[in-house]
Amino acid sequence: MIRVVLPTHLRTLARLSGETLLDISEPATQRSVFDALEARYPVLRGTIRDRLTQQRRPFVRVFACERDLSHEGPDAALPPEVSSGAEPLLVVGAMAGG
Amino acid sequence: MSAVRVLVGTRKGAFVLTADAKREQWDVRGPLFAGWEIYHLKGSPADPDRLYASQSSGWFGQVIQRSNDGGTTWEPAGNAFAYDGVPGTHQWYDGTPHPWAFVRVWHLEPSLRDPDVVYAGVEDAALFRSSDGGQTWAELSGLRGHSSGSAWQPGGGGMCLHTILLDPVDSDRIFVAISAAGAFRTDDGGVSWRPINRGLKSDGIPDPDAQVGHCVHRIAMHPARPDVLFMQKHWDVMRSDDAGESWRDIGGNLPTDFGFPIDVHAHEPDTIYVVPIKSDSEHFPLDGKLRVYRSRTGGTEWEALTNGLPQRNCYVNVLRDAMAVDRLDSCGIYFGTTGGQVYASADAGDTWAPIVRDLPAVLSVEVQTLQ
Repeated sequence: MIRVVLPTHLRTLARLSGETLLDISEPATQRSVFDALEARYPVLRGTIRDRLTQQRRPFVRVFACERDLSHEGPDAALPPEVSSGAEPLLVVGAMAGG
Repeated sequence: MSAVRVLVGTRKGAFVLTADAKREQWDVRGPLFAGWEIYHLKGSPADPDRLYASQSSGWFGQVIQRSNDGGTTWEPAGNAFAYDGVPGTHQWYDGTPHPWAFVRVWHLEPSLRDPDVVYAGVEDAALFRSSDGGQTWAELSGLRGHSSGSAWQPGGGGMCLHTILLDPVDSDRIFVAISAAGAFRTDDGGVSWRPINRGLKSDGIPDPDAQVGHCVHRIAMHPARPDVLFMQKHWDVMRSDDAGESWRDIGGNLPTDFGFPIDVHAHEPDTIYVVPIKSDSEHFPLDGKLRVYRSRTGGTEWEALTNGLPQRNCYVNVLRDAMAVDRLDSCGIYFGTTGGQVYASADAGDTWAPIVRDLPAVLSVEVQTLQ
């Protein structure tokens, strides 16, 4: 199981609390995780990735294992600690006032 | 017993303000969608329990929310706003070509007759239509595809389609306004469009009376007289008596003719309201005095309405979608400010009082008159 932690606004939008657990076949990637996430919570379509281009939105970052994965390719394998569920995949709103 | 429901969009959520017909005691509910920008909410004239809201964020994009019970509960609707075909380019601020890209929904205009039909005016400027209650959206691409489209440019707030007026008599006629392109009209239900800007003059564009390029801030219409339009432009308050074919200046004795909103009294088609703002760079009232100006003559002759409004040290703005009127016998006027106040007048503007004083910056105000 892959553990995904969403920012507060997206948890509220999707009406979920805490971590989201997703069953992803290996190798897990950002694309496969976000595809599964959007399939379970359609309201999240367009909030993390652009609805049309599927590019990560500019003010959204992806962290795990104390690393910034934002600029890894969408099809790059996630760290084994994330794939195993030992560490969560963090979706983070960029640190900017507003 | 009649009642009013005021729908307020702010920088950090939505608020629903309700009162009976006296409009003295208000219930304030919110924030809904806390932390998100709510550019606009509006109820369906055909079913007042059906509301639509534009929820957006620089971080997480666009969401459309829909309520079927007057705003008590909400459910997300569709947010796929795909331009028709290859979007092409418009002008950027520096005059260079810039690819069309969806940013947000500025304005939602439900159909006058069918609660499942709703129009969305978006940035970068385009008009979308949904016929399934906001689940799916299709662009009325004849507008953006007009031959002038590549010359449209953004105003300070972005290149937004912010005004949608549905003709109550001719269901095929729609008026829209875009900053900074101007006003456009369709007479065939949105298939084809043409600019209706003759008579407008604008500094800041190479040809001041060009066909397009004007920063129209808002257009208003009285439903009993849909060929008469009132416009607050970047500078200038204008009037058309021929459905936009030509415009004339009705700024008259206004202390400044810059501003954003304009609206029409519910029962007096020649009584109109504006909020003069000092200038295009100083977006606050003249002399720190918040004054609504009313004309009972369809323009040119204006009177200041100040009773109950701050007359010193007031430096808020009133944005283009942040004024509305109710339809009670004594017409109520409402507006919200960037300082978070929502003011109401239950006597057509003679006296004012704040409903709330400390909301986030107000982006939009709409009113529903409920029976």
